[in-house]
Amino acid sequence: MLMLEDVRLRQGDFALRADLAVETGARVAVIGPSGAGKSTLLSLIAGFIAPDRGRILWDGKDMTGAAPGKRPVAMLFQDNNLFPHLTVAENVGLGLRHNLRLTETERDRVETALGRVGLEGYGTRKPAALSGGQQSRAALARVLVQDRAFVLLDEPFAALGPALKAEMLDLVEEVLEETGAGLLIVSHEPEDARRIAPQTILVADGRAEPPVTTQDLLDNPPPALRAYLG
Amino acid sequence: MARGALQVRRWPGGVAAVCVATLILGTLLAVVLRAEAGRGLGPSDWAAIRFTVWQALLSAVLSVLLAIPVARALARRAFPGRRAIIGFLGAPFILPVIVAVLGLLSVFGRGGILNVALRWVGLPEVQIYGLHGVVLAHVFFNVPLATRLILQGWQEIPAERFRLAAQLGFGPREMARVIERPMLRRAVPLAAVVIFALCISSFTVALTLGGGPRATTVELAIYEAFHFEFDLGRAALLATVQIVLVGVAALLALRASVAEGFGAGLDRVVTRSDSGGLGKVSLDFVSITAASLFLLVPIVMVAVEGAAGLWKMPAQVWTAAVVSFCVALASTGIMLALALPIAIAAASWRGFEAVGLFGIAASPLVIGVGLFVVIFPIADPFALALPVTALVNAVMALPFALRILVGPVRDVVESYGRLSATLGIGGWAWMRLILLPRLKGPLGFASGLAAALSMGDLGVIALFADSETATLPLQMYRLMGSYQMEAAAGAAVVLLVTSFGLFWAFDRGGRSHVDA
Repeated sequence: MLMLEDVRLRQGDFALRADLAVETGARVAVIGPSGAGKSTLLSLIAGFIAPDRGRILWDGKDMTGAAPGKRPVAMLFQDNNLFPHLTVAENVGLGLRHNLRLTETERDRVETALGRVGLEGYGTRKPAALSGGQQSRAALARVLVQDRAFVLLDEPFAALGPALKAEMLDLVEEVLEETGAGLLIVSHEPEDARRIAPQTILVADGRAEPPVTTQDLLDNPPPALRAYLG
Repeated sequence: MARGALQVRRWPGGVAAVCVATLILGTLLAVVLRAEAGRGLGPSDWAAIRFTVWQALLSAVLSVLLAIPVARALARRAFPGRRAIIGFLGAPFILPVIVAVLGLLSVFGRGGILNVALRWVGLPEVQIYGLHGVVLAHVFFNVPLATRLILQGWQEIPAERFRLAAQLGFGPREMARVIERPMLRRAVPLAAVVIFALCISSFTVALTLGGGPRATTVELAIYEAFHFEFDLGRAALLATVQIVLVGVAALLALRASVAEGFGAGLDRVVTRSDSGGLGKVSLDFVSITAASLFLLVPIVMVAVEGAAGLWKMPAQVWTAAVVSFCVALASTGIMLALALPIAIAAASWRGFEAVGLFGIAASPLVIGVGLFVVIFPIADPFALALPVTALVNAVMALPFALRILVGPVRDVVESYGRLSATLGIGGWAWMRLILLPRLKGPLGFASGLAAALSMGDLGVIALFADSETATLPLQMYRLMGSYQMEAAAGAAVVLLVTSFGLFWAFDRGGRSHVDA
């Protein structure tokens, strides 16, 4: 279980409070108005920002001060998910070993992961030689080999068209099923939440609420969410 | 507060910054402490100060005045070879000064083509030694720089403003008053002050074309006090004067806040409606042609004379070439060892960039005298001539290297810092796999500049070298001093080819296999 225990953060005029827990393996959407702190919440969990107060716990262990790479999360960003000068296989391999000195078995795992996301034989290419969708797939292959307890997605497919985005969300689901990982996904689209996340965290008015059932939340939105959804 | 996605290690940058600051401030301190103020400044010292300021002022004003029509022509004309000319305007930066001086001598010197022509038509000859020559050489080096700075000003004028002017039916007079003059009022003083600062601390030009009671700069006076009289106290006193001069000039230049982008984005031609007309077209044509000839002919002369001189060179030239090559590589290595950690640290804390300013505010001769004062009691400074040269050259290249590297390092940290952090890549793996490959281009460019600058430098080595040791520029100077002009031209060709070759090789190496 991932717990944010009375976490508080203040940056100038911006403030965020979070006191919530996410079950292991749960799939949770993070929605709310722009600037409310959705990405900040993910940054707190990923370890890019330290909270002013409170603790972040994973299975009862305090990881508030842990370095981003030491946390049980794999993260995909809006862009810059691949290093352009490294091959696709090397980019995926970084999820296994930081110095890229991979063993034979590890190299096989990279190949398998690439095959799993439909990029068989693309390992030697550079990201620039891939389409936008293929780049997302390559990043997902790395998430696959990282094999962390939670996958954090910060609007990762915003640059893709609707059909491609749906395809990628399906692929994310398959990856989650395979690894048993949980999911936290920031999205502007309530439809994404319905599609992939049974639960939703609403971030609004300086608070990140504990996760509730997505269906109920979207069918009976509280005022802040209603204003945002329009 | 944001912890910063990537934990960048700042201490290596801190160590490098402290080394640079210690070297520069330490030598300055050594110079000031060693200075013998007892006798004060004599009349000849005051003459040197006056000459230094006067020649720098003249050089700055002339360079800028000549650059304005060239920059205007380049800004408003599109023609084949325009891009090549703009690229060529960057070349003097790495052109060894002594090579240019030799080229100017072969055009404007006693036996130069200009005087041959003047004699032929029966006119009096021109004299290149003294104030004329010093200013001529400075103008040669700085017209291209001024042109680039002013061209940049022209290109920063939004295209809409020219379109608006066309709509309003502006004639040349309104055009000048409303659009061009305000820009020139900003760009011209800036260019002038930068050139003034450069000319204050230029040594090689004064050494080769100046001299005597009426054309000695402070730097040259330092060299003479040191080299001919071996009067360390007086050299240190003059060096203190030079610190003040360079400091004031650097402050002036800083206030004008330079932002030369090494010619990036200068290939846009401003389309404007008032550039037609035979008068303007021919003015532009003459400006560009004259500037190109002024810059090219001396170099071509050196190349032609040097090709013949290659066979008349004494063996020392080749030895000196090898020595210079090694010094240039060592200097590049030292520069990288200093610049890279500082650039990495500067990516998270901008204050580190200020270290580069030390290099701008220091003059090689002053550092040289300071190092001599420090080394003299403990070791034989002459035995350390080459390592000291490599070190000082590296520190001199540092400000340029930092300007080139800091931005790209920051981009890598900003674009890929969080991804690196979330994957847990740090330390050496990050350097090797992420930073260095992303930085190849800028690293190659910075290394190329450092190597070429060191290869062509004639500064500290002139102070430290005994008759046994010489770098290629110094060897060339000695050949010129003994009137072996053909051999000197041969050495100039070797120097020219090595300098530009080193730059080309490093820059090219950095650009190969770079992916978006």
